[in-house]
Amino acid sequence: MKAAPFEYHAPETPDEALGLLAQFGDEAKVLAGGQSLVPVLALRMARFEHLVDLNRIPALRYVQVDNDVTRVGAMTRHAAIGGSAEIRSRVPLLAEATPHIGHFQIRNRGTIGGSLSHADPGAEYPAVALALDAEIVLASARGTRTVPAAEFFTGTFTTVAEPDEVLTEARFTGRPQGCAVLELARRHGDFALAGVACAVELNSAGRIQSLRIALFGVASTPVRATAAEQAARGAAAGELDPEEVGRAALAGVSCVSDLHADAGYRERVAAHLAGQAIRQALQEARNG
Amino acid sequence: MAEHQLEVMVNGQLVTAMVEPRLTLADFLRDRLRLTGTHLGCEHGVCGACTVLADGAAIRSCLVFAVQMQGVAVATVEGLTPDGGGLSDVQEAFRAEHGLQCGFCTPGFVVSVTAFLAEHPDPSTDQIRDGLSGNLCRCTGYQGIVRAVQATVRARQEARHD
Repeated sequence: MKAAPFEYHAPETPDEALGLLAQFGDEAKVLAGGQSLVPVLALRMARFEHLVDLNRIPALRYVQVDNDVTRVGAMTRHAAIGGSAEIRSRVPLLAEATPHIGHFQIRNRGTIGGSLSHADPGAEYPAVALALDAEIVLASARGTRTVPAAEFFTGTFTTVAEPDEVLTEARFTGRPQGCAVLELARRHGDFALAGVACAVELNSAGRIQSLRIALFGVASTPVRATAAEQAARGAAAGELDPEEVGRAALAGVSCVSDLHADAGYRERVAAHLAGQAIRQALQEARNG
Repeated sequence: MAEHQLEVMVNGQLVTAMVEPRLTLADFLRDRLRLTGTHLGCEHGVCGACTVLADGAAIRSCLVFAVQMQGVAVATVEGLTPDGGGLSDVQEAFRAEHGLQCGFCTPGFVVSVTAFLAEHPDPSTDQIRDGLSGNLCRCTGYQGIVRAVQATVRARQEARHD
């Protein structure tokens, strides 16, 4: 239960980190909060010749609001996100997701960049990023590119990021009026068997401008319920049946079966949670 | 693999050591500094027995490498007791309320509760249970531990009112 030997690098600037990754390629792994990577190393499920630790790069730790855009630095810890007044007012879905992540000891160390890069299908932040159409900034010595969340996650624990790229920032635009994150886990703090992140915007007539539903824990990546979202657009908020939309959200999603839950159970739980989350988000939007 | 020089404050004392990068903070504390109050249960971040404070924040010491603690102030359960010896108020409450049986998980609980109460001086029972959820105990059934946290809160409130 001890990690295999590795060379340790602790760059103090993003450029220094990108230089190390350019040099070592896929022999190197980025170490962010380490709350998923260190167990993987300890259990010897993976080993790397080089670890590039981002914890000593203060330039990657920030919450910055520019007009309509909220930028969150990759090394911003869950606890900082959960406690940020700016996040709570600008990206409340992110704030609401945070208490569901692990336990407070994990949130003191885990980072948003690490969570997005690790791409656990049961994790909360990837679903939030997908629901809000976040933009994910990837930097390497070759340059910087911005990837929409919808294109970022490619499978369980895999993303479009290349071995020499570092996720440096997540960008969130807009501010939905109502949002909710609900999940079912066997014990609080465990990865979700099924969960949903939901956000809604109403127009001045009280009709649905946009409904955003991202399911997590059900498939190999978080899933947007695009068809159900579009069907709800334009409906009067008071006339929408959240449970029906919740069931529609699962149509076409092929849930996974594993030792924690089978596909049919996941589907029923996710549909129920989606209905509840939509109801909560609508209520918040109407009262707000 | 190259060893790194580490300078870290542990329980208020500056420690300098050469460490292999893969050495976890937990193993550094236990094997190198002989601070064996920090226990290791699962060694992959589930059980909470190895919880320590890093710059005041409770973390799993099995999920960070010692080399990452350069310049950080670490406190272990040994560092939470009063200077003249004896037990901290959290430890006293665990003893009084039967918050432990075998005691293996207790150091992790004491450290977690110490950090939790610093942020939540007047927690609800739900908040207490949520705050305890990152530590596993296989003996007590948790009731005594919840009572110990509540007793600590009461004692601190009474002390303030005196």
